[in-house]
Amino acid sequence: MPDNNTILLAVQTAAARHGNDPANLVQILREVQDALGHIPEEAVDDIARFLDIPRVRVAGVRGFYHFFHDRPHGRYEILFSDNIIEHLQGKPELLQQMCTRLWVEPERMSEDGLVRVGSTSCIGMSDQGPAALVNGVPVTRLNMERVETMVELVQKGVPLSQWPADFFQVEDNLRRADVLLGEPLERGAGVRAAVEKGSDGILAEIDRSGLRGRGGAGFKTAVKWDFCRKAVDTGEECSIVGPKVCDNTAATVRYVVCNADEGEPGTFKDRVLLNSHADLVFEGMTVAARVIGARQGFLYLRGEYRYLFDKLNGILAQRRRDGLLGENILGSGFSFDIVIHLGAGAYICGEESALIESLEGKRGTPRNRPPFPVTHGYLGKPTVVNNVETYALAAKIAAKGGEWFAAIGTAQSTGTKLLSISGDCERPGVYEYPFGVTVRQVLADCGAQDARAVQVGGPSGTIIGEGEFDRRLAFEDLATGGSFMVFNRERDIFEAARNFSSFFAHESCGFCTPCRVGSTLLKKGMDKIASGHGTCADVEELKRIGQLTRAMSHCGLGQTAANPVLQTLDKFWGDYEKRLISKEFEPSFDLDKALAVARRITGRDDAWAHVSAD
Amino acid sequence: MSEQKKIRVATCSLAGCFGCHMSFLDIDERLLQLLEHIEFDRTPLTDIKHCGPCDVGIIEGGVCNSENVHVLKEFRKNCKVLVAIGACAVNGGIPAVRNNIDLWECFQEVYHYGIGLKNGQIPNDPELPLPFDQVHPIYEVVKVDYFLPGCPPPADAIWKFLTDLLAGKTPKLEYETLHYD
Ligand SMILES: Cc1cc2nc3c(=O)[nH]c(=O)nc-3n(C[C@H](O)[C@H](O)[C@H](O)COP(=O)(O)O)c2cc1C
Ligand code: SF4
Repeated sequence: MPDNNTILLAVQTAAARHGNDPANLVQILREVQDALGHIPEEAVDDIARFLDIPRVRVAGVRGFYHFFHDRPHGRYEILFSDNIIEHLQGKPELLQQMCTRLWVEPERMSEDGLVRVGSTSCIGMSDQGPAALVNGVPVTRLNMERVETMVELVQKGVPLSQWPADFFQVEDNLRRADVLLGEPLERGAGVRAAVEKGSDGILAEIDRSGLRGRGGAGFKTAVKWDFCRKAVDTGEECSIVGPKVCDNTAATVRYVVCNADEGEPGTFKDRVLLNSHADLVFEGMTVAARVIGARQGFLYLRGEYRYLFDKLNGILAQRRRDGLLGENILGSGFSFDIVIHLGAGAYICGEESALIESLEGKRGTPRNRPPFPVTHGYLGKPTVVNNVETYALAAKIAAKGGEWFAAIGTAQSTGTKLLSISGDCERPGVYEYPFGVTVRQVLADCGAQDARAVQVGGPSGTIIGEGEFDRRLAFEDLATGGSFMVFNRERDIFEAARNFSSFFAHESCGFCTPCRVGSTLLKKGMDKIASGHGTCADVEELKRIGQLTRAMSHCGLGQTAANPVLQTLDKFWGDYEKRLISKEFEPSFDLDKALAVARRITGRDDAWAHVSAD
Repeated sequence: MSEQKKIRVATCSLAGCFGCHMSFLDIDERLLQLLEHIEFDRTPLTDIKHCGPCDVGIIEGGVCNSENVHVLKEFRKNCKVLVAIGACAVNGGIPAVRNNIDLWECFQEVYHYGIGLKNGQIPNDPELPLPFDQVHPIYEVVKVDYFLPGCPPPADAIWKFLTDLLAGKTPKLEYETLHYD
């Protein structure tokens, strides 16, 4: 345990680096944890004092994010990605093997404080899984041999920097490139165009291109930017963010935010964009800043992609040196800079208003909408939030105009879309397609001969069976943020739906009851069926709860949390039916087993110390 | 009406505090009105030990031990309509707060470390109901037909619920009788 002076020093350093600004609380907590291994109570006290905020706010934020710990969690923390694809590729067995060899229970730190082995939501590596985060750094392509070596390294206490480099190798796996990834854009061309054409000129091109957001919802980018550009900070509704921002006098401050949370299971295309095309993304953000008149931008990078943090900061520094970022960009008088904020393991922070809360150093709880971020975003100011891919495309459109882009794709879905393809296919990876491509075509290209089902757009999207493979990927038909998970004929779709249900139950932010309770009841119902105790009554209950969760939840997470269950009940009923027992009712837990602990404690084994299910 | 056979009702409290029963009594003089139409089987008001064939069974409290299961199953077997009344029966309620505490720690706290305890022993008499490792809402153990939420549900909600049921209608409660903020 670190002593009080060490704690104080760590807090002082982190807080000072972030200007003692409560809006940077998430970043401060992360740095304190880096220094101390976890965030002890004393650190919470110190942070509250330095930032002059209530202690409960600090503790509340610490408790919200999965990657923050209030107690030691092992010198090595190994978290296996729980994505269904990796699950099917042997994640449970690998995790079990590692636990057995290290003599630890899953999710529990070893007695000597050496190691903790557990699971975490999809880490964006399902094209090269099974994968795990080791002290936050992804290790890919796990197999029994790799697990064995990792066990030895852990037991010998070898620091991560001395582990074999190929363990940490993350491939782009770019399989099909089109206009975005296939035709390089000269560095700075987008920014130059933005400076030359000005706000109106660029906005007209974006509008002409028909570009729609690539994060999933598909909102027209030009409309969003125009709303933000026109939004005037009236100081109204500032109660939602506190009195500090009620500033009627100053000219309206606006922000550009890039959503790199990429938490939808099975999605990893933003990882590839950030790894190999970050300049394009930053360029797009700068273009957006020029259009709406922003001086400050944020890249909200999911904690799982932390391994890209230094590299991205390096690229930002280079852009500043090249006059593409910072004060007086390209001598035009336009100034804009970008800061990278790291998330800390929370899928909900991909939802734009939760993301903004997180940027402001709070728990990632979605806000009421309206007002929308375009008028009341970061610190209550007009803010544009877009997906990584949207910005990359915007940079291209700024440089090359909107016309050529509009000619690609379909009427309402112009241009190309990056797909993250994983699962039962020969060539998983990132594929760029013009919108309108059929699922069948994609399956043929990635080498999925034996597909039974495809989960399009991740757990919150749509699952389709063989009969629907001629459907098209486009906002007009199958909208997608890019996740494309393939299941072959041997796969059990029920298990996929169950995995997704536990994902949502785990990631529900807990703010509203329909989702917090509903997602857990759905998970429990699926677990009951999986254990062979499900009845038709349980299925009816799943449907009822699913409808309720969908209709009553506060944000998109809860509204889609029941999709996997409801859709698979509809389309893959056979996978459920074979598990059900023909009884009117069955208790949801093993009654006699639930008495076992008390039997052990009391030493009883008489008839009254048992109950039967019937 | 008096010609008609009376509706037979049984009630009991499992892992509850009898607060819901108290709230039931709060219908006050309307109880007499009710008794024109119903008669009681097993309830805390009668001295009947086992529930016989009934029309309506009303359960307060969740399931925390083996005896609760036996009682609950007896109710389910004998009652045409089974009603979960109050937060504990519906969700586990206050007793379920112990679900986050290891049972062994609970026992130790009660029998070993409690104030004034010396050489405390953990009782193991077969007559004592054995506690489950967790407290459960009753719908996890038997099929439940109706849920009447509240901690406790107000007397008016109970009255409305029962009179609807007696009138042969699906009980319907106004939002005002169901929300507590
Ligand atoms: C639960 C939830 C998670 C989301 N996760 C992401 C994400 O990881 N990345 C993303 O770009 N958008 C995500 N979104 C959508 C964003 O709220 C927002 O619509 C998007 O960032 C807007 O950018 P776009 O217009 O460029 O698509 C998520 C939405 C919800 C409801
Ligand atoms: S729907 Fe779920 S994730 Fe969204 S606010 Fe409610 S609890 Fe949070």
